[in-house]
Amino acid sequence: MAIESNWCRCTSCHAGYGWKDKTFDFSSEENVDCLVCHDTTGTYEKVLTGCGHPAYESTISEGKTYDPVDLGNIARNVGKTSRATCGACHFFGGGAAGVKHGDLDTSLLAPSKDLDVHMDMQGLNYSCTSCHVTFSHYITGRHYSEPAPKNRRMALPKDDGNRLSCESCHGPSPHRSDDKLNHHTDIVACQSCHIPAFARVNPTVMSWDWSVAGRFDEKGRPFKKKEPPDIGPNYLTRKGELVWAKNVTPTYRWYNGSFHFMRMGERIGDERPVVLSGPNGGPGEPDSRIHPFKIHQGVQPYDPVTMTIGIPKIFGPKGSGAYWSDFNWKASLAAGMMSAGVTFSGEVDFIKTETYWSINHMIPPKEKAVGCASCHARDGLMAEIAGVYIPGRDRSRTLDTAGWTFVALSAGAVSVHGLLRILSRGREKGE
Amino acid sequence: MAEKILLYTRFERFWHCTQAILIVLLGITGFEIHGSFHFIGFERAVHLHDDAAWILAGLVVFAIFWHFTTGEWRQYLPARDMIRETVRFYLVGIFRGEPHPFPKSRARKLNPLQRFTYLFLKLILFPLQFVTGFLYLFSNDWPNLGITADLESVALLHTAGAFAFIVFFVVHVYLTTTGKTPLAHIKAILTGWEEADRPPA
Repeated sequence: MAIESNWCRCTSCHAGYGWKDKTFDFSSEENVDCLVCHDTTGTYEKVLTGCGHPAYESTISEGKTYDPVDLGNIARNVGKTSRATCGACHFFGGGAAGVKHGDLDTSLLAPSKDLDVHMDMQGLNYSCTSCHVTFSHYITGRHYSEPAPKNRRMALPKDDGNRLSCESCHGPSPHRSDDKLNHHTDIVACQSCHIPAFARVNPTVMSWDWSVAGRFDEKGRPFKKKEPPDIGPNYLTRKGELVWAKNVTPTYRWYNGSFHFMRMGERIGDERPVVLSGPNGGPGEPDSRIHPFKIHQGVQPYDPVTMTIGIPKIFGPKGSGAYWSDFNWKASLAAGMMSAGVTFSGEVDFIKTETYWSINHMIPPKEKAVGCASCHARDGLMAEIAGVYIPGRDRSRTLDTAGWTFVALSAGAVSVHGLLRILSRGREKGE
Repeated sequence: MAEKILLYTRFERFWHCTQAILIVLLGITGFEIHGSFHFIGFERAVHLHDDAAWILAGLVVFAIFWHFTTGEWRQYLPARDMIRETVRFYLVGIFRGEPHPFPKSRARKLNPLQRFTYLFLKLILFPLQFVTGFLYLFSNDWPNLGITADLESVALLHTAGAFAFIVFFVVHVYLTTTGKTPLAHIKAILTGWEEADRPPA
C-alpha cells in the first residue's frame, strides 16, 4: 500500500541498492543496480527483503534460501536487457506474479502468437525494448503525470523516435484504407479492440480485501488458503483476501495518457470507491481516447477522523508496529504515518478503493480483436462510456416511439381502408 | 375494353425497381445499425448500408439527368386542379366503386397527390437522408471540411428520415392495390403498360 516505512521489502524492485530509509540518495550513481537489468546469466536475484541487495552470502528470507550470487560471473556476462530482466520486477508487481498488472506476467517470458503477436517466440519475438526504446538509459515509459507517447506520430527506426505507442509503427489509419475502423482511431485506443481480455494465461488479482487480514488458524498460527489450485492463494493471514481471475474483460474509460493519483495525506473526497490512481481525460478532448483498464478493487485501512488513506507499516520486526509481525492496524498506521509525516488520529476503519491499471500488452492476432457488435449494442462494452454517440447503443427513445407510432398508425389506416374497400365491394355485389 | 398505354419507359422501370430494392435494403440494414433488431450482424449491416448508399447515390445522379434531359421533371410540379376530387375519391368514391377522377396519360401520369408526395420525397426526404447519411459516413473529416455538427443530431435526423420512409413505403405499397385490379399498378411499374381509364365524358 506504500513504500514508506516498508522500504526493505518494496525496494527489491522499487529500484536502488540499499534504499532502506528516507535518507536514500537517488542522485548517487553508486546506488544504481546495473545488473538487475543487464544480467544475461539469469542467476542474479535480489533478496525479497534485502533493501535492494542480492544475497552476498547465503541468506534466508521469508522462508526462502538465497545462495550468494556470483557477481564476478554475472559482471563478465552483462548484456542487453531481456524479457526476463524487465520481467524480474514488472511481472511481479505487488509482491507476486500477476498481482498488479493484468497484462504483464510470466506468461510473456515465452509467449505464443495467440498471447502476444509481437512477442511471439516463434514469430516476431520482440523484447520489451523493441517498443520501449531506450536512449542513454532513459527508458520510454508510461503514464505518470505526463503522457508517455505524447505525440501520436510515426516513429519507425528511421524516424529516431520513441516507439512506445501502437501508432508509432502502425500509424493513425492502420486498417484497410476504405475501412470504417480507421474512423475509430481518434476516439478508441487500439488496445480497446485488440486486447479483448487480459490475464489470458496466468491469473491476476482483481480485488484485495485487507480488512479480513489477521485471522489465525485454530492453533493461533497465520495460514494460507488456496482454491482453486491454478488460481493463487485467496486468503492469507498477512494480506487478507485476494480474488484472482483469468481472461478478464477490461473496463473502458476515457484516457489522455496521464494518470491522477491520491497522494499521501490527501483528504478523501466524496467519490466512492476512492480512486487511488485513475486515468485523466474525457470526451471531446483531442488527446483522449477510450482505453481498456484493469480496475483493482481494494478494501484498505483509512483514518476516518482525518479522512486520509492509511499508510501502514507492513514489513518490519515484532514490536515495530509492522502489520506482518504485530497484526495490529492501529500500531501499523501509527508507525507508517509517523514515518510519512501524515497526521494520524488513532482511529482505523476500512474503505473501498480502486486502482486503475492501463492495459497495453498481450495483443493477440487481429482475428481475435473485439467485433463491432461488442460495443455497438445497447448493453455492450461501451455501456459506461459517456460523451459520444455510438450507433447501435444510442438512440432517442422519444424519436423511436414517435417513429414507430407513425408507422403503426399508417399501417392501421391502410388496413382499415383496405378492409372497408373489401366490405364495400361485397355489399355492391350483394345488392 | 380500355386503352393500354405505355406509362413507364424502360429507364423509369429500371430506376424505380433498383431504387426500391436499395431503399428496402437501406431500411433493413439501417435499423439493424440502429439496434432495432439483430438480423445479419452489425458489421455486415454497416458494409451493406454504405454500399447501398453509394449505389443509390449513383442511381439518383442518373435519374436526375434523365428527368432533366427528358423534361419528365415537370411531372412532379404541384397540380393546380383535381386535388379535391382526388382526395374525395380515396376517402369516399373508392368505396362506391366510382372510377378514379384523374385520367392518367403519358403526359400526366401522376395524380395530384402523387405529385405532391413524390415532390416531397425528391426535395425534402432524399436530400435529408443523403446529407445526413454522408455527413454520418464522413464524420471523421468534419474538422478538415470545416463542418461543425454533432454526430448525435445527424444520426437522429437520419433516423427520423428513415421513419418517414417506412411510412411512405407502407402507404405507397398499399396504394398499388387500388388500381382496376389489385395488381394492376404493380404490373404497370414492372411492364410499363397500364390499362388507362378514359377521361370522364
